[in-house]
Amino acid sequence: MDRKLKDLVIENSDTIVQMWLDEISKGRQSDYTSTISEELFESTNREFVNVIFASVEKQGITTALEDFSERLVNLGWPLSYLTDGLQSFRRVTINYILSEQTQVGSDYFSEVLQAVDNWVDPIINKLVNEYSGSWEHIVSLQRVALQELSAPLIPVMENITVMPLIGTIDTERAKLIMENLLDGVIKHNAEVVLIDITGVPVVDTMVAHHIIQAAEAVRLIGSTCILVGIRPEIAQTIVNLGIDLSKFPTKSSLRKGFQSALELTNRKIVGTADSHENDIEQLVDSLDRE
Amino acid sequence: MDFQSCVNINKEWDIVGARQIGRDFARKIGFGTVDQARIATAISELARNIYLYAGTGKICFETIEEIDRKGLVILAVDDGPGIAEISKVMEDGYSTSGGLGAGLPGVKRLMDEFDIISEQEKGTEIKAVKWVR
Repeated sequence: MDRKLKDLVIENSDTIVQMWLDEISKGRQSDYTSTISEELFESTNREFVNVIFASVEKQGITTALEDFSERLVNLGWPLSYLTDGLQSFRRVTINYILSEQTQVGSDYFSEVLQAVDNWVDPIINKLVNEYSGSWEHIVSLQRVALQELSAPLIPVMENITVMPLIGTIDTERAKLIMENLLDGVIKHNAEVVLIDITGVPVVDTMVAHHIIQAAEAVRLIGSTCILVGIRPEIAQTIVNLGIDLSKFPTKSSLRKGFQSALELTNRKIVGTADSHENDIEQLVDSLDRE
Repeated sequence: MDFQSCVNINKEWDIVGARQIGRDFARKIGFGTVDQARIATAISELARNIYLYAGTGKICFETIEEIDRKGLVILAVDDGPGIAEISKVMEDGYSTSGGLGAGLPGVKRLMDEFDIISEQEKGTEIKAVKWVR
């Protein structure tokens, strides 16, 4: 029975392809494919329908199908193009087979449905798996990339390190921040660590809590933590929330924080040219006085 | 009340989504940057409470206009375990999860109006309003 239906469909493939193409083009105006050029759309449709027929004929997944789906994934064609296409194929094929028969009993009807489902379903599964696999892959890559960016530690000079934080802090990232901070303090032998929150959009109680804990942990291993980059609006929300950040020094900008870090490590910035000029100024001043 | 926009809170990253939508609303209504930060922080606290204690729930936003003023209503609804002692959670420093315990009293201070209704085993509904000054 299945064999007979398949022969029928394959023999009349031209008619079915034409019906399918008509059906696909009909729904085209309003949907996502309207931005794709006519020629590309036509040629992809042709290829798609050939691939479908090839896999119906061979009863299973062909390499042509694999190549085709891989190419569409890479080109970024929407998955709904493929699923819509296969659903139309199912509809068209069933209609065609039934129209060929003069009398249709319910047994025959259900057999036709089952046969066509058996052809189409494996293709849909294959394509959906291919697509979702590629998405999962992208998401996991981005996750890794994000994690690499999430808690960087920069040893700017001897005994002073900076951790610039940009973006939202969630529980997972807070853990990473704590670990990297403590590891980095030990590794770089830092006396002062500056945590820069200029790029953190919202400081709520959870974020503040994690920062307080990190600063306390840094204090326990014998270093000082300075919180810098507190924007005026963040300062106000912290006060409103009633969060006590008095246990460690805070500064408005990284520059000010860096200056206090230098003071804490008994150093200061000295301009190379300035000292000379000062001498001359003093000389002029003393001349004026006389 | 028919709300213009709702965000479902199911996972931690939904908090960020709710915050962004809230901030957009606040900007459109005409709040300044400080009030935008206040609103975003309040949403963050409310959404995090839902995520931590109820598991799932939603945050809804609505602009309100009266004759002489405009404002933003934030409604946080969940059907979690409810709050046993509301007066306790409104105290500073009270937390059942080892946090700072500044969340709800903080939200009350960040916003202009604050209402909390909670029934044990039924859920919690918090309504907070901020007016444009």
